[in-house]
Amino acid sequence: MKRRTFLNRSLLSGIGIQLGLPIVYAHHMPEAYVPLGLASNNPDPFKEFGLHPEMLVLNDKPWNIEAQAHLLDDTITPNERMFIRNNGLVPKKEDLENWTLQLDGESVVTPIEFTLEELKQKFNQHTYQILLECGGNGRSEFDPPAKGNQWTLGAVHCANWTGIRLKDLLEEVGYKEDAVYIGYHAKDLHLSQDPSKEAISRGIPLAKALQPETLLAFKMNGEDIPLVHGAPLRLIAGGYPASASGKWVNRLSIRNKIHDGAKMGGMSYRMPKFPVEPGTKVKEEDMEIITQMPVKSLITYPKTGARLRDRKQLDIRGHAWAGEGKVTKVEYSIDFGASWKNCRLDEPVNRMAWQHFKASINFPQKGYYEVWAKATDEQGITQPLLVPGWNPKGYLNNACHRIAVMVENG
Amino acid sequence: MVDLVDRLKKYRLVPLIIPFSLWLVLLLGCNMDKKEGSEPTVQSPDQSPGTTSLEINEKGLIVAPGVELVSAHCTICHSAQLVTQNRLSRSQWKATIRWMQETQNLWELGEAESVIIDYLVENYPIVEKGRRAPLAPVEWYDFKD
Repeated sequence: MKRRTFLNRSLLSGIGIQLGLPIVYAHHMPEAYVPLGLASNNPDPFKEFGLHPEMLVLNDKPWNIEAQAHLLDDTITPNERMFIRNNGLVPKKEDLENWTLQLDGESVVTPIEFTLEELKQKFNQHTYQILLECGGNGRSEFDPPAKGNQWTLGAVHCANWTGIRLKDLLEEVGYKEDAVYIGYHAKDLHLSQDPSKEAISRGIPLAKALQPETLLAFKMNGEDIPLVHGAPLRLIAGGYPASASGKWVNRLSIRNKIHDGAKMGGMSYRMPKFPVEPGTKVKEEDMEIITQMPVKSLITYPKTGARLRDRKQLDIRGHAWAGEGKVTKVEYSIDFGASWKNCRLDEPVNRMAWQHFKASINFPQKGYYEVWAKATDEQGITQPLLVPGWNPKGYLNNACHRIAVMVENG
Repeated sequence: MVDLVDRLKKYRLVPLIIPFSLWLVLLLGCNMDKKEGSEPTVQSPDQSPGTTSLEINEKGLIVAPGVELVSAHCTICHSAQLVTQNRLSRSQWKATIRWMQETQNLWELGEAESVIIDYLVENYPIVEKGRRAPLAPVEWYDFKD
């Protein structure tokens, strides 16, 4: 039996439609949306993945789910608020049994295989807080629209990851002098369910693989990695688009050239080599692989939309990050960027963890305000206040975060 | 009912961009039954005259000419959201279909292809946002420490 749902006009009028201005923004239409596919085979993701009720489901096949800024207030993101991104279908629990990790590729000295237990026994374990952000976080703002998941700002988390250093494994296994790249292969299924196709198989340069914080992790926030986050083994490559941090990794290829697996080539996770006009059809040869993510920040408290009554003071707090480096300054503005004040900024607990900031704001009088936050990195690069350079796939929108505040009875 | 409202809020899906002509008619409060060139929208019995509805099928697709073909061809491997999250031109949709056929095991669509592209361009049109959209609308709440 077909289940139909209706939008009535009162829902639509609540969105503040203006005659002649039918501009609607993705993240402002919650009332207009209808649960998809729940009548079909898909499980309830909130139960299935133990999600916080305010997480936003962009897509249920494949699963793509993001947080909202105010859900990310914890210094370490709890499991229930960690965004979920998939290119393919999540493996089944049964597929995880008898897990092994193979090492192969042109530049491996001798191909070898390890069980999970062997990895845990043979190599020292390390724990780091590592921020992972989807390359397409912020895509929804690009104009003209870019193809892909229309993330707003919640495709980012900073959790505790425990595992072995990829460096230790590679040095033990041995790699030839011509090794330049490490590519991962994983157990998620291609959407077409064709077993000969990989959903995603990306890689990182050897130098990145050899950094002390690059892990093969088996624990997330102190427990075995949950299924949807890449159990039992996940590559963690902080500071790079999170697609470099492959989930369900069961094979690593030591390459003598740039890894060429699924979603490494074409336009995937690539930016134009030079700035282009919005809407340009860019040739593949003019695109280059994204490495470091740009400087960015989020105000995680308070949630946007705070109405202050009989007070003109407000504490704000949030996090800032900058690829593989550090944030040196976070500022806020309450006059649309005309003037800026410094926030108190903490050091990161380790490289590539996010940094916490806070500020106490005094509003001059009653009225409508936006608090804009802007982070600056070690190179002096700061966040743009407008949506930055358009690119065909809508990556790397690191425009400053804004929250709305209404001061009343001032 | 509360559960449905909760679910409505959770599933922030793709922009449900409605053709401009439809917005115009909604704002003028016109009865939609006689809208030229499209299926009559269905009104639920308890709606007062002058209100209008947009019908969505169980896959989340706007019910309009061509929706059956879109449902049939485009939601086998992935959900409808993967389609409707995008706002593309006719040539971009065509290029996307070719890419899926060349690399993602999509089959020949035959005559369905132009119907599918027509449906998508008509019901999920590109809307301009400019270099940065305003924050509106805001869900205001009383702030407590």
